[in-house]
Amino acid sequence: MSFIELIKQPWPWYVAGPIIGLMVPTLLIFGNKTFGISSSLRHVCAACMPAKIPFFQYDWKKEVWNLFFVFGIFLGGILSFMYLKNDQPIVVDPNLMSELSGYGITEINGLVPEQLFSWYSLGTVRGFIMMVLGGFLVGFGTRYAGGCTSGHAIMGLSNLQLPSLIATVSFMAGGFIMANLILPFILSL
Amino acid sequence: MNMQNNTKENNTDFEVRSLDAMCVNEEQVQTPAWHNLKYLFFGLLFGIVLIKSEVVSWYRIQEMFRLQSFHMFGVIGSAVVVGAISVFIIKKFKIKTINGEEILLPNKTFNKGQIYGGLIFGFGWAMTGACPGPLFAQLGYGAAAISVTILMSIAGTWVYGKVREKIPH
Repeated sequence: MSFIELIKQPWPWYVAGPIIGLMVPTLLIFGNKTFGISSSLRHVCAACMPAKIPFFQYDWKKEVWNLFFVFGIFLGGILSFMYLKNDQPIVVDPNLMSELSGYGITEINGLVPEQLFSWYSLGTVRGFIMMVLGGFLVGFGTRYAGGCTSGHAIMGLSNLQLPSLIATVSFMAGGFIMANLILPFILSL
Repeated sequence: MNMQNNTKENNTDFEVRSLDAMCVNEEQVQTPAWHNLKYLFFGLLFGIVLIKSEVVSWYRIQEMFRLQSFHMFGVIGSAVVVGAISVFIIKKFKIKTINGEEILLPNKTFNKGQIYGGLIFGFGWAMTGACPGPLFAQLGYGAAAISVTILMSIAGTWVYGKVREKIPH
């Protein structure tokens, strides 16, 4: 198997996790930057529509590295799609598959189920809730918590910060509540 | 922008910036703007890792929150272990940046937002199957409709800024 074929396969956690962890020292050593992504959403607000809100009154240009980083993630997505796409069907836990098929989600492919996340789905009640409300909660919640998975769970925990542990436990608790208790209701709409 | 100006500004908005996990220990050494391209490169690598490890897959996130797969716990857990060892080494040996600056890691202070906001973000994470970074990776991977989710996350951030003084912290 050639190298390119090898990296086209899904990467195991013990390869991906350490590389993600190495982002922490890389950003620190190459520019004294702390790893964190959700702040980029704040910089966009500060740059595009500060609306005299004190929270957005700062020199966002000093944080422009963060926007470069995020744009890089976007480009990484494009490059993976063009050159590193996995040709095999995605493997999903059988229990999850049967649960999803109960909600009529039967086409398991890509990164997100197209039956939930697509332009067409945006016009359906459950698709609208998942995409519009879901996105809103991600933006509101990460800023309220002061960080997301990268800023708190990875950077914060790496620096042994108790507030980050509290935030991470809250992320997980919120996710468990949503996935197991609320999502079944939304998906059956 | 000259350096003196930079330092002065830094002091006045230090408080508001340090509140929200922002980068307060920015470089004092002035570098040309094109140096930001290195962050584009790191982001690109990070994006590829996110896609290839399927961390940005809605299905993997659902499996994580249903305890049906170890994958996500393995990714986040091993990332934290590697990150923690790196931070320990940087502190222990007082490793400097490539520009010779001291690396400072500000401590975070607790506020209730980490609980309330954390829960709210958790809800959104389980719905969209993505935290902020993965949203951009999904968009790049061709899920064009995710642009709506990204715009809404920017809107959510904006509304937070708007109502910030009125909600408990």
